[in-house]
Amino acid sequence: MKSLPNSVLRTFQAGALALMVFALLGASDEGARFNSLGHRLMCVCGCSQILLECNHVGCTYSDRMRGELMAGLDRGENDDLTLQDFVQKYGPTVLAAPTGTGFNRVAWIMPFLALALGLLTTIFIVLAWKKRPALAAPGGVLPVSGAELERFRTQARKETQI
Amino acid sequence: MSQIGSFALLLALALSTYSFLAGVLALARPGAGSERLGETARRAGIATFAVVFLAALVLVISAFHDDFSIAYIFHHSNRDLPAPYKFATLWSGQEGSLLFWSLLLAAYGFVLRLRHKTDVRLFAYASAIISAVQIFFLLLLNFAAHPFALMQGELPADGAGLNPLLQYPEMVIHPPMLYLGYVGFTVPFAFALGALIMRYPGEKWIRITRRWTMVTWAFLTCGVFLGAHWAYSVLGWGGYWGWDPVENASLMPWLTGTAFLHSVMMQEKRGMLKMWNMWLIFATFWLAILGTFLTRSGIISSVHAFAQSSIGGWFKWFLVITFVTFTFFFFKNKSHLRSEHKLESLISRESSFLFNNLLLLLACFTVLWGTWFPLISEYVQGNKVTVGPPFYNKVAIPVALLLLLLTAVGPLLAWRKTSLESLKRNFMWPALGALAVGILMVVFGVRPWQDIAYFYALMAAMLSALVGLTVASEFIRGGRVISRHTGQNLLASMVHLFHRNTRRYGGYIVHFGVAVVIIGILGTPFNQDKEKEMGFGDKMTIGPYTLVCESYTQDDNPNYSNEWAIINVFKGDRKIETMYPERRFYKASQQPQTLPRIRSTYKEDLYLTYEGLNEQTGRPIIKAHLNPLVMWIWVGVLIMIGGTVLALIPNAVPVRVPAPARIQTAPVGAGD
Repeated sequence: MKSLPNSVLRTFQAGALALMVFALLGASDEGARFNSLGHRLMCVCGCSQILLECNHVGCTYSDRMRGELMAGLDRGENDDLTLQDFVQKYGPTVLAAPTGTGFNRVAWIMPFLALALGLLTTIFIVLAWKKRPALAAPGGVLPVSGAELERFRTQARKETQI
Repeated sequence: MSQIGSFALLLALALSTYSFLAGVLALARPGAGSERLGETARRAGIATFAVVFLAALVLVISAFHDDFSIAYIFHHSNRDLPAPYKFATLWSGQEGSLLFWSLLLAAYGFVLRLRHKTDVRLFAYASAIISAVQIFFLLLLNFAAHPFALMQGELPADGAGLNPLLQYPEMVIHPPMLYLGYVGFTVPFAFALGALIMRYPGEKWIRITRRWTMVTWAFLTCGVFLGAHWAYSVLGWGGYWGWDPVENASLMPWLTGTAFLHSVMMQEKRGMLKMWNMWLIFATFWLAILGTFLTRSGIISSVHAFAQSSIGGWFKWFLVITFVTFTFFFFKNKSHLRSEHKLESLISRESSFLFNNLLLLLACFTVLWGTWFPLISEYVQGNKVTVGPPFYNKVAIPVALLLLLLTAVGPLLAWRKTSLESLKRNFMWPALGALAVGILMVVFGVRPWQDIAYFYALMAAMLSALVGLTVASEFIRGGRVISRHTGQNLLASMVHLFHRNTRRYGGYIVHFGVAVVIIGILGTPFNQDKEKEMGFGDKMTIGPYTLVCESYTQDDNPNYSNEWAIINVFKGDRKIETMYPERRFYKASQQPQTLPRIRSTYKEDLYLTYEGLNEQTGRPIIKAHLNPLVMWIWVGVLIMIGGTVLALIPNAVPVRVPAPARIQTAPVGAGD
């Protein structure tokens, strides 16, 4: 079997190395996970703010919840389990966005469904308009002059403004 | 004083009821005497303004005189409240803000009625519709949310004070701007409904209301972004938009209003989208009322909880009545709203407006859906869920990016038809420029494959560049043509070009402002924050800044007591600023308030908040945020407002073609 030329081999090696570098660059540490999860939870003190953004002076909830989040991460729980712990303790409103399960899925689907329907409707309208017959002058196109020409020129100015 | 206010409100209700009934009667039975009856209706409408103004004046004077016998003044003011906030008492609470709404509506009606000679009959219809809306607000003020209701029992020595969140200079202008926007859309709606009822021929009503709509849109834009700036400067969480239901409520009419501003051009120029425009302006008006309903009813939890009350039922009925009324007249007279032209090509300005409208409405639907989903969820599955920033960031950002793409491409499309060849020719350089921006961002460390937020940031930067470059290319290309004909230099030619069609080029400046705003927003994924307890001489490093706590102290004045830290900011070894993040405790309301301090540069904002004292150590806890590019949001808004103002200037040079021109395909970008 013929071996690959050195240049090709080097290219593959460089590519593999680059992929590894990017993969490592993307690896998340504990702090990033805390930040990410903390932005997926709400403070339950009634301030309607994201957990890590609640800055109420003397808020008794956010500090405790941040501690619980850190403890969850220290226990080595995965993201889903950590969030589930919070839901069990504080109820579903602790999550900053609806989950992707059950009826909550509707929250995510509807905007995209609306986009699809809107796009289809718009395309349908555009095609229907395109099919509309043009208003043709009887007897074909005749040269125009005088007042009629001025009217066309006014319309053209109105439509192009320059 | 309160009796004068109460009487003024009753009189205003009587006058606006008369204005409505007499106006409708005069319009319904044209003939001898109807003109005079219509004139009395108009004058009653004008008088309504004077009387509502009197009521508002009484409330403001009562605030300045610390008249705590009026419950509203007791609840929203106190003796030591600074004068500007006493003035702002007018819109600081439920009853006052409804009175303020009524005052603005009466003021808009006043201007409209003075200008009635433009088209007496159409203005009479609009006047009657405005009176009908006015009646609703005056009914509320007289019977559900009376601003002059008196305190029961012994008179208090001092008031409960203004909500600390509202004691910030921007709160003196943010609500008026927002309300001017909300209320202002009543005017184009009134004209639209009037034109529909009377089967008004042509598009003259659109030309009449064009300036109203643009001014209203500018006010709403100003109000929405002032709100964002207020949230950024006061709430202390380091952000400017939290997708709070009340923020959403202000965004929805802005989105539909923006859609209306675009699609109305299709009706004006091509006689198309007449039915659509009717619904758009109705939706904008309706959403403004819905927003007020959301703010007032308390059915959805929000940081704007200070405005909650039980008047939601009134709004619900008003929303139903306006919907039924509009729908009735729409179906009765919709035959009058047929399109005059057909669409000639998919690649045309018309179709770009259609897609622009689709995306703006989709954005509006997404916001509406997200705002109402907690209630829907409670109804369906018995428990509420939260729909917060993660939802909107995932759903709304792709829509916003598509809109930005259309903002870039739209101006390059001609009315009727654009050849692919010319589109390619005009699009190539801006597209290459945008691509270069993308490559530069990747070279300088943005890794779109690491995080979806970075991907969005990259896309937003490229599309913003595309918008900026297409706007610039439009100016340069048009300027060159004029320069060739007149011999002026390019800059003078571009000014000349702008004066020829202020609306079109003002609009482009607004587009450019939007792109700048997006540049400001795209810094968000790169925000950093740190929190540290800082004693004397303690240091904290964030980004290029080193913060050193020089001292912390406290003070006291009649309105509030406060404590703050003195933080020296170093960049490298050089001290660049001293910042004073602060926390206040307002005495009258017994509420604390954090006041962040912000050092804003074109690159980033250093944002410091005083979180409080550690009770054990007695040392302050300081939170520092480093928010890149935020300043560009506010710069972009100023450009947007500036563009709108420029678009309002009448064209200076009348457009005249000296000789019949050879018919050819319209140039790319021609038209608004």
